[in-house]
Amino acid sequence: MSRQPVPRERDARFGPGADDAGCPILHVDMDAFYASVELRRRPELRGRPVIVGGLGPRGVVSAASYEARTFGVRSAMPMARARRACPQGVYLPPDFTEYSAVSKLVMAMFRDVTPLVEQLSVDEAFLDVSGAVRLFGSPGAIAQRLRARVAGELGLTCSVGVAQNKFLAKLASTRAKPDGLLIVPRALMLDFLHPLPVGALWGVGERTAEVLRRLGLTLVRDVANAPPASLRSALGEAAGRHVHELSWGRDERRVTTRAAEKSIGAETTFDVDVTDPDQLRRALLGLAQQSTRRLRSAALTGRTVALKVRYDDFTTVSRSRTLAVATDVTREVFETVWGLYETLRATQGARPVRLIGVRIESLVEAAGTPRQLTLGEPEHGWREADQAADAVTARFGSAAIRPASLLRPREDPGTAASSA
Amino acid sequence: MKFRVERDALAEAVAWTAKSLPNRPPVPVLAGVLLRVADGHLTVSGFDYEVSSQVRVLVNAESDGVTLVSGRLLAEITKALPAKPVDVAAVGSHLELTCGSARFTLPTMPVEDYPTLPEMPPTAGQIDAAAFAAAVAQVAIAAGRDDTLPMMTGVRLEFEGETLTMLTTDRFRLALRELTWSPAEPGASFQALVPARTLADTAKTLGPLGGNVTIALAADGVGEGMIGFAGEGRRATSRLLDGDYPKLRSLFPDAYNAQARVKASSLVEVVKRVALVAERSTPVRLSFSEDGLVVEAGGTEDARASEALECEYSGEAMTIAFNHQFLLDGLSVLDGPVAVLSFTNPMKPAVLSASAEDGNSDADAKAAYRYLLMPIRLNS
Repeated sequence: MSRQPVPRERDARFGPGADDAGCPILHVDMDAFYASVELRRRPELRGRPVIVGGLGPRGVVSAASYEARTFGVRSAMPMARARRACPQGVYLPPDFTEYSAVSKLVMAMFRDVTPLVEQLSVDEAFLDVSGAVRLFGSPGAIAQRLRARVAGELGLTCSVGVAQNKFLAKLASTRAKPDGLLIVPRALMLDFLHPLPVGALWGVGERTAEVLRRLGLTLVRDVANAPPASLRSALGEAAGRHVHELSWGRDERRVTTRAAEKSIGAETTFDVDVTDPDQLRRALLGLAQQSTRRLRSAALTGRTVALKVRYDDFTTVSRSRTLAVATDVTREVFETVWGLYETLRATQGARPVRLIGVRIESLVEAAGTPRQLTLGEPEHGWREADQAADAVTARFGSAAIRPASLLRPREDPGTAASSA
Repeated sequence: MKFRVERDALAEAVAWTAKSLPNRPPVPVLAGVLLRVADGHLTVSGFDYEVSSQVRVLVNAESDGVTLVSGRLLAEITKALPAKPVDVAAVGSHLELTCGSARFTLPTMPVEDYPTLPEMPPTAGQIDAAAFAAAVAQVAIAAGRDDTLPMMTGVRLEFEGETLTMLTTDRFRLALRELTWSPAEPGASFQALVPARTLADTAKTLGPLGGNVTIALAADGVGEGMIGFAGEGRRATSRLLDGDYPKLRSLFPDAYNAQARVKASSLVEVVKRVALVAERSTPVRLSFSEDGLVVEAGGTEDARASEALECEYSGEAMTIAFNHQFLLDGLSVLDGPVAVLSFTNPMKPAVLSASAEDGNSDADAKAAYRYLLMPIRLNS
């Protein structure tokens, strides 16, 4: 990637205080991920140029710390060339097991913010935080909090781009590196995009850039102002249209989680195996609340509700039920899993339970999904109660409001004195 | 035990009793049907501790006796036999069955392990078999199938003097049918919640036999928690469902803002056609105006369909959306040529009833059959 003449993250117009209204897409990119993970477990190497990659004669650089980059070492560079450029560097073989373990931790932090996480690779993901804004604040605030959490808990830095779509968010994170945050306000989108070289456009590699250059188009602005027909004839129908759309900052791609992740759930492992049905009932209510809250913050509803039970002997059973109508209502999910548990209990008996979990599957977007109304349904029902509770939680934290049966019993010495 | 019987009579008797047998019986004998010959009759019985069914068939009996064989197997065999007299004989621990040149030998199960069928509860009254069957078919469509709400898998029967009211709901629609019956004691008043599947099967088999159906229900004492139905040579008992059935009648709106009258068979055809582009549980949209009715389905990006049809409509133009299967369920059991749809607004339940070609609205409000259907909210 060629360097930008202007380090844009220093430009206050795109800094953390910029207007992030209507910019729900975050692109989070870990800084020099492999090298940073190595530094994390070997702090004595901090400050030294660290290069991770194949150390054999045909090895290639997988990652280089920013110190190493000042010597001109780049990813995908032959290792031999890196060694010539930076003979004093610390050269390490990659440990993918470790990187993947750390990656999982990072992605889990992303998913705490929103279930709409599109993981692009081990160290990079798009997040759609539209549904999380009410819970966690504006996209810019979410990005800052996420960066702080990744740094605080994992000792790693990342760069985040915040914009109205995936294309701009990714451009922004690239320009925020390292350890930066860049917001592309909607109003300033073209100011941000148009001065960039054509290579910034997604899908424009060296060859396409060369074609465009021969047309006299070197900046995104040039592409934007070029007649779309000439772009199509130079690049082909699809690529021409694509490049023209991008040059105006238009990108309709949605943040999509993989099909396998099209479910939301929560589970809990008890400190001591549980047989008391009341305790299991409360656990399920809490889990139903947790999972539906995440469902609601992602603006999703689900039709299938699943129960998972692991007994003291580690045998695990799952039961699920598909509802007539998709739901995001805590009470409906709870009543369904409780029904599933009672049926299970009738056949399995009251065996001690080690782990219990709730999962909601067959997810569809809540907005625009027609909803079958039920007879006698009050105009303001459980759904609205949930939304009100979510709003309270967003302001005062999850301890502020919960179903009455999840309140701690009075005899608990820790909390007995205070009454809500 | 040895007897000769007509193939059709045997096949029907066995098919009906075998239908109520459990798929996975808790004890093996419950997968059996009991064959008993006495007084020149064969009695075929099935029982799963919840539902019992019994058929009496006239046979040419050579010797009396009783035996127990697999119901499902016997049902399949009798269904496949040629249309000839069937000779049946218990020989040792086997049942031999001969029909034409076909010959079957079935193992029997120990009769002494088979539970005693429940007694019929005391007779509560009688009802015309055909009318009973038609009414049950009209309400059974709206019963719930979700076992997590067992109460809603039942048909609520309310006996009030000479009026019998049947009610079902699955939370999305409600079917109500009123008809007359003859109570054994005038002024009787009681209720029962009967599993819908059992009631539908029973009514379907008793209806075509004609005559009257005896309804047997104990207020208390013998046979409490049970209901019995008996018709020509057949009887069934069923356990009743528990639960506080919700007050459903109050869900019918007191007044309507709009009413549409449309030929029921045409609307069924149109909805079926248009719904081809609607996925399961996606709605069909009905737009009513003075110009008639337009039925549409599908989205802006998906396949779309629309069709107009004639409709008499009074009220402000409106669009209302329904689950197409729910709508078709109601339309398909109407007992008149004209479907009358009454509305308050697109978010409130609509009422479907039938009327004659020249029927007037006054009569419709008191229609014997009313189907209340909750709409689908289009953009939540």
